[in-house]
Amino acid sequence: MSRLVVVGYGPAAQRLLESLAERGYDGRITVLGEEPLPAYDRVALTSYLKGASAADLTYAPPAGVVSRLNSRVTAVDRAARTVTTADGHVEPYDVLVLATGSAPFVPPVPGAGDALVYRTIADLDDIRAAAGKALLSGQDDGVVVGGGLLGLEAADALQGLGLRTHIVELAPWLMPRQVDEGGGAVLKSHIEALGIGVRPGVSLERIEPGRVLLSGGEELPAGVVVVSAGVRPRDELARACGLEVGDRGGIAVDDGMRTSDPAVYAVGECALAGGQVYGLVGPCNTMAEVAADRITGGRSVFGGADLSTKLKLLGVEVAQFGAMEGALDVTYMDPVAGVYKRLFVSDDASTLLGGICVGDAAPYAALRPFVGKALPAPPSDLLFSGGGLALDLPDDAQVCSCNNVSAGRVREAIGDGARDVPALKECTRAGSSCGSCLPMLKRLLEKSGVDLPKALCEHFAHSRAELYDIVRVRGITTFSELIAAHGTGRGCDVCKPTVASILASLHSGHVLEGERAALQDTNDHFLANIQKNGTYSVVPRVPGGEITPDKLIVIGEVARDYGLYTKITGGQRIDLLGARVEQLPGIWQRLVDAGFESGHAYGKALRTVKSCVGSAWCRYGVQDSVGLAIALELRYRGLRAPHKLKSAVSGCARECAEARSKDFGVIATESGWNLYVGGNGGFTPRHADLLAADLTTAELVRTIDRFLMFYIRTADRLQRTSAWLEALEGGLGYLREVVVDDSLGICADLDARMARHVAGYQDEWRATLEDPGKLARFVSFVNAPGTPDPSISFETVREQIQPVLIPLEVAR
Amino acid sequence: MTTLLHDVWTTVCRYTDLLPERGVCALVNGSQIAVFRDFDGRVYAVGNRDPFSGAYILSRGIVGTRGGEPTVASPMHKQVFSLVSGACLDGGGEAIPVHPVRLSGEHVEVRA
Ligand code: SRM
Ligand SMILES: Cc1cc2nc3c(=O)[nH]c(=O)nc-3n(C[C@H](O)[C@H](O)[C@H](O)COP(=O)(O)OP(=O)(O)OC[C@H]3O[C@@H](n4cnc5c(N)ncnc54)[C@H](O)[C@@H]3O)c2cc1C
Ligand code: SF4
Ligand code: FES
Repeated sequence: MSRLVVVGYGPAAQRLLESLAERGYDGRITVLGEEPLPAYDRVALTSYLKGASAADLTYAPPAGVVSRLNSRVTAVDRAARTVTTADGHVEPYDVLVLATGSAPFVPPVPGAGDALVYRTIADLDDIRAAAGKALLSGQDDGVVVGGGLLGLEAADALQGLGLRTHIVELAPWLMPRQVDEGGGAVLKSHIEALGIGVRPGVSLERIEPGRVLLSGGEELPAGVVVVSAGVRPRDELARACGLEVGDRGGIAVDDGMRTSDPAVYAVGECALAGGQVYGLVGPCNTMAEVAADRITGGRSVFGGADLSTKLKLLGVEVAQFGAMEGALDVTYMDPVAGVYKRLFVSDDASTLLGGICVGDAAPYAALRPFVGKALPAPPSDLLFSGGGLALDLPDDAQVCSCNNVSAGRVREAIGDGARDVPALKECTRAGSSCGSCLPMLKRLLEKSGVDLPKALCEHFAHSRAELYDIVRVRGITTFSELIAAHGTGRGCDVCKPTVASILASLHSGHVLEGERAALQDTNDHFLANIQKNGTYSVVPRVPGGEITPDKLIVIGEVARDYGLYTKITGGQRIDLLGARVEQLPGIWQRLVDAGFESGHAYGKALRTVKSCVGSAWCRYGVQDSVGLAIALELRYRGLRAPHKLKSAVSGCARECAEARSKDFGVIATESGWNLYVGGNGGFTPRHADLLAADLTTAELVRTIDRFLMFYIRTADRLQRTSAWLEALEGGLGYLREVVVDDSLGICADLDARMARHVAGYQDEWRATLEDPGKLARFVSFVNAPGTPDPSISFETVREQIQPVLIPLEVAR
Repeated sequence: MTTLLHDVWTTVCRYTDLLPERGVCALVNGSQIAVFRDFDGRVYAVGNRDPFSGAYILSRGIVGTRGGEPTVASPMHKQVFSLVSGACLDGGGEAIPVHPVRLSGEHVEVRA
């Protein structure tokens, strides 16, 4: 069996392993990585300083691969076909892939040994520790040397750690590789507005304790110095074993990623392909796929890659695509709004050559695919409308640069049945990295005639979010009013419960009040969940899963007296099953008298906020998770939503409450709470994403309030928060802008709506028991109210009842 | 219309017991009959048994229209039935019995 050895375990190695698995490679694979972790998402590195854990960033290791971590390869013996690690391990290979990436370049100035770099999780641990030490000793200045992409990220990180931060850049403006002078000026004003100092046009001369000295005799105070002055390909192994390398570094490869030794490939940032080294993850992934294809007998070639970038740094959008110069150009600049956009075109003004955007990257997604092609409209229109999204893309236009997916490939996937953005992500990978191509994917779906399901049903041509806005803005309070003015017919089992939920979210009041009763699903109609034999379940709320012995006894007595089946649910409470409609009021009367209330197990509403025992009992707990879970459950109980809502609170990072599988999950930290959103168990499990870290309880509650209200306002019918977040244009970053930075200016409204919900809450079961009109419907037969439904019967299994169903063929 | 075994009208409830666009169930000569009132005030009577699940629950379904035809959706697995013909409009070839129903003064009468 063929033995494949991969040296370096970064994103390129990861993609190689995945692609080999997809192509059914059946040899033995060993990956040797110098870092203590399997490959992780380096692009998202900065989130590690904002609360994400190393595990959040780490990719799942592909099955069947042997990995050796903490193993630096120190020598390659090409004759013997072995590699040797620093601790003396020798690994034989038939095929070797070098995926050793890059190392930060630190200029050799005096004191350079004291500088920190920004590349690995270990580097960030060092930076965090150094910042802590500097702050303790009263040194609260930080300096980042290098104002490129990574330098700006490092500055963001230092500022986030509480340091007063300055950026020093050799070039006359920031990000010289992505923007021109005009763009650099706009960018500088954005960065300065955030309180970060920018010092362009100077070089670093020396680092001393507490300060850096710059060219021209300037100096800056500096408790922490991070150097981000470019990277160098890690080609040292290749050099030492005599493989061909470039004059300015990089392991030379052909278009099949093969080095000068046919048994050795190189992929990722260490490779010199077509005379160029690539420092972006998109081309690195493509190289990995080409190598995997070649190793498994394919003929793919790497034909260079688009170096376009679209970034969001410190809240500022920066994008560059195609060339950065041209015979003609059109510039749009709004210094007040901090927007700069420039397009380069050929001398006959017919071909788009490239563009630069700062402050508003809208043209990026729309125009990047047209680079080198005929301009779809006059350049000034393209800049001003920002839109351009309506344009028709040629098949060979690249839509997703992170994953090298063309418009043609996307159309093919649509032709093969991909019907929405998640399906496209799944089968083409487009949109699964930085997300900047998502608007384009949507457009392609629409253009291909896929009806992105917008119409709720035959009665309404609107989506749920649109109906929500109509109801909100027009102040509509009944279904009849809404369907008369904005729909046709008399509704159905799709639109009626949807509108009932919208009305319930916007106007409190009982779900069985007046006309609203007729809109509810049977579950809401009887405030209980229907079971397979037409009986119902009873689930009292047990906030946070905490319950007194006395209440447990009441539940036991009620279940015993009514002969109900009891089960502990997966939501930390107790389900009583097998109640007939006419028994529900009596059962609930006893529960309400004992202090229970509806658990809304039947509603598209908050279900449970699970908790672990937390700091009150657990030796690891750092916060009172039970207390918070109860407070959250009581705050959001009864909140009607497009789908059910689940939550959990864990008292420490061990996560015993499984908070990251919830719509909103909270995990305690030493200094507060981390909030995760968009988790899901169920059909398509998804781990929740970190929305905000180290919040105080008040900040946490406010952020959850807004998150929930924004979801309720914009989600589709029966769309859990996970699917909603996946489909949300701009993704997590956009969500954070809306609910944390209030970029849409709607937070006051969201806050007010939640305040109204909290103040207007009433227990639906108590209110029903107090209203004879509402109680009247709890009968099996309108003309024989005392008679139980004779079709319901039970057998006994493990000492409890279970439904017996009349076999369908007999009854038919 | 189904074969009539009992050719008598039975009073099942008062008209005002029926909420617009909601159903009730009546026990008539041992059969479970689901009775509905639509938005315009018309009444319909069909068998209460859902042929897909075997459970007697159709009276608890959501009333609506499909292409103008009055319907009820099974609360179990959401198949939609015509209140006029009893046919399942979601395919599967199933149907539910339809019963004659009329108003007599304030009362709703069903023949089953
Ligand atoms: C009772 C319970 C199972 C149990 O015995 O443990 C249960 C029972 C039902 N679940 Fe569940 N789920 C229960 C916990 C869960 C969990 C675990 C959890 O909440 O921690 C999950 C996975 C977590 C999640 O939702 O992300 C879960 C995922 C589902 C799903 C799939 C949701 C999805 O997003 O894919 C459905 C179907 C749906 O909602 O469309 C579902 C639907 C149902 C329904 C409502 C099915 C139905 O329509 O009849 C069941 C009726 C319950 C009843 O009659 O009371 N149940 N269900 C659990 C009640 C918890 C509670 O106290 O409220
Ligand atoms: C903070 C930051 C932000 C970024 N943002 C973006 C972005 O927004 N967009 C974008 O496209 N790109 C971005 N990048 C660049 C992107 O992360 C890289 O292009 C990508 O990581 C390259 O992957 P790689 O596997 O080739 O190299 P690397 O990620 O460098 O991985 C190489 C691995 O090999 C290991 N290794 C090296 N030599 C040996 C040896 N001798 N023995 C064993 N192991 C060895 C290294 O320790 C390392 O773990 C960013 C990078 C950073 C640091
Ligand atoms: S999550 Fe932490 S605090 Fe909670 S029970 Fe587990 S270990 Fe204890
Ligand atoms: S361009 Fe980054 S995910 Fe598509």
